[in-house]
Amino acid sequence: MHGTKILQEADRLMTVCNSCRYCEGLCAVFPAMEMRRAFSDGDLNYLANLCHACGACYTDCQFSPPHEFNVNVPKTLAVARTESYAAYAWPRAFAGAFARNGLVISLIAALSVAVFIFGFVAVNDPSVLYGIHTGPGAFYRLMPHDVMAMLFGAALLYAILALAMGVRAFWRDIGEPVGMRTDAKALLQAVRDAGELRYLDGGGVGCFNEDDHPTDRRKLYHHFTFYGFALCFAATCVGTLYHYLLAREAPYAWWDLPVVSGTLGGIGLVLGPIGLLTEKRKRDRVLVDEQSTGMDTAFIVMLFLTGVTGLALLLWRDTGAMGPLLALHLGVVFALFITMPYGKFVHGIYRFAALVRYARERQMMQE
Amino acid sequence: MVDLTRRFDVLVIGGGNAALCAAISARRAGASVLVLEGAPKFYRGGNTRHTRNMRCAHDAATEILTGPYTEEEFWKDLLLVTGGQTDEELARFMIHESKDILNWIVEQGVRWQPSLGGTLSLGRTNSFFLGGGRAMLNALYRTAEELGVDILYDAEVIDLKIEDGMFLSAALKQPVGGRTEVRASTLVAAAGGFEANIEWLKQYWGEAADNFLIRGTPFNRGAILKMLLAKGVQEIGDPTQCHAVAIDARAPKFDGGIITRHDSVVFGIVVNRHAERFYDEGEDIWPKRYAIWGRLVAAQPDQIAYIIFDSSVVTSFMPTLFPPIAGATIAELAGKLTLDPAALEKTITEFNAAVQPGTFDHTILDDCRTEGITPPKTHWARRIETPPYLAYPVRPGITFTYLGTRVNRQARMLMKDGKPSANMFAAGEIMAGNVLGKGYAAGMGMTIGSVFGRIAGREAARNARN
Repeated sequence: MHGTKILQEADRLMTVCNSCRYCEGLCAVFPAMEMRRAFSDGDLNYLANLCHACGACYTDCQFSPPHEFNVNVPKTLAVARTESYAAYAWPRAFAGAFARNGLVISLIAALSVAVFIFGFVAVNDPSVLYGIHTGPGAFYRLMPHDVMAMLFGAALLYAILALAMGVRAFWRDIGEPVGMRTDAKALLQAVRDAGELRYLDGGGVGCFNEDDHPTDRRKLYHHFTFYGFALCFAATCVGTLYHYLLAREAPYAWWDLPVVSGTLGGIGLVLGPIGLLTEKRKRDRVLVDEQSTGMDTAFIVMLFLTGVTGLALLLWRDTGAMGPLLALHLGVVFALFITMPYGKFVHGIYRFAALVRYARERQMMQE
Repeated sequence: MVDLTRRFDVLVIGGGNAALCAAISARRAGASVLVLEGAPKFYRGGNTRHTRNMRCAHDAATEILTGPYTEEEFWKDLLLVTGGQTDEELARFMIHESKDILNWIVEQGVRWQPSLGGTLSLGRTNSFFLGGGRAMLNALYRTAEELGVDILYDAEVIDLKIEDGMFLSAALKQPVGGRTEVRASTLVAAAGGFEANIEWLKQYWGEAADNFLIRGTPFNRGAILKMLLAKGVQEIGDPTQCHAVAIDARAPKFDGGIITRHDSVVFGIVVNRHAERFYDEGEDIWPKRYAIWGRLVAAQPDQIAYIIFDSSVVTSFMPTLFPPIAGATIAELAGKLTLDPAALEKTITEFNAAVQPGTFDHTILDDCRTEGITPPKTHWARRIETPPYLAYPVRPGITFTYLGTRVNRQARMLMKDGKPSANMFAAGEIMAGNVLGKGYAAGMGMTIGSVFGRIAGREAARNARN
């Protein structure tokens, strides 16, 4: 017996699928399933996070609705996946944030932006907010660099801690049958599989949508978004290194590494989320977990806002709009950081952990 | 909307692998094509929905096939499973053509994968569809639609107008709009067999057929086959025979597909309603003799039997859809199965006492056998003694029927007088009896469907032009 109704249903489906196995060539979920004859809560959460929601197994299934066996793996695993985020959230008290995630994220984002604007005005003379600041250290006239670095460093460290605790619980829960140890080979394989979104392609023909024509382009937009995010994060890191190691202060010239990478990343973070939201609206309702729409949208919008406000700041950094734009950008990024462990961001972490486990299982099977 | 007032070059009746291969190949040859599928869209494709591979000859290993499978070896396998009930010329022709199908079907959008988990024995001979039979169908329908083939679902054909072996038109009954006459220059019949038509099965099996489970959709009723045979087409194949395997008695009446099967017979014993054994469970191994148990169970009282085994072998076979029924003692298990406890205890005690020492190996015909009981278990006999004791109830699961229409190498139907029809072709299960008089080997139905479907479509298109 399982802890929740959705895990009960996932167990029923995996029992059906394990006696069929026609889908084993489509992705990682079914080969992982075949390594088991019975499914614990942890096993099902592992399979749920291994699923990339491409939809192929639904379109290919002879037992999907209206068949009486009522097999809908993508939707069932999507619901189980969302519930697993709450189940592994740390600290436990914040697990509720996943229930009305859209609302929670919006409120935190609004609050965060407001605090930055208010802070800039309260600490500085109001005229500084609308003043024109250029040259090295221009941003820090609104907020001292050390304060900025400390605040964001602390937020990031907290996010990392909370995420690590969540993954730890997940990793323990999915321990069987190969145990919790892993190795560099499995990690590398998982990096490759995650980096190219290997399993978001319907077994090679593309992702499925409203009918059996693979027209879905989420993979492309996800690449824009993920690599956009990575470039932006890299820009921030390089900037921090410049500041402390080379004593070079932002803003940097347009050709400098943090700006180039931040700009490219920002473009990715604008195009990617727009594409993802568009594709999301077009997806066949039968395949998706309607309950998680708020969470998904909130995260995508946060990434979009991060990209847009960053690019706006770059464009108008030499004007009087710089102060408000900086407050807006920092507010959005701060909210993004502190909500990372309590929103859709965690999907990447858990899915990566599941891919590591899967790579390890494959190795052990072949040995 | 499909314009049904026009006259099509080729009318394809049916919606499975053979029908779609015919439609695609006719369309590629320049013909206008209408496909009438009697089932709703979800259930389109008949038995193809539940297939997963195709047996094609090939001279060398490929990316997905582990070794060569020559035409000669294929022919020998066919000879073996049919016991010679095949048309050698047609069969050899099909085997030869199957080589090219491996590539042709990929050109129609179907994707292959290596053999599935639990089917290693087929890794050399059979090519598996990525995602299974429905994925294959989806690809064929997609290609057909892109090529401009017209397709109607829920399109039940209620009559065929045939004069002197010449097809004139088909009467179509639609959910809305009533009866419509569809005219076409040629007909390709690819509408399967009659396995879902219990009344028809009863003609040969009597009331026992009421206890049969049908592995495919309820739409395989054989209506087109019946019309063709009634209008002068020569029949082939034993009308009384059908392919039947033992499937879980808890399976739905229709469309349970492959997942209700049991391949655990060799690991235990099989008893009937009276808790008595009735056949050598160790005669031969899956998949070769997998198909005998359907007919064996059909011959037992109430068409039910029970595979009995113990917990020591439970991981020796693939996990099952329905869990085994368990009892801490033989008597408790018998109670749950509503069998006579004393009779089941007696059967198992006698069986256990007859088991001879040996080295168990389920991958070969091993030396674990019984002595002094009838029927014997000639291989893989081990005592049933580790509780809990387990059982699967099984019934005959009907896969397909053998009765069909006679065809020649062009897939052209032959009339009762032996003359080829002017414009009628057949492909798939409806003509499988030409090469497969009895028996079965995995993937052969799909080979027949694709090879003759492709030929039927091509020939029908040529016929329509002339």
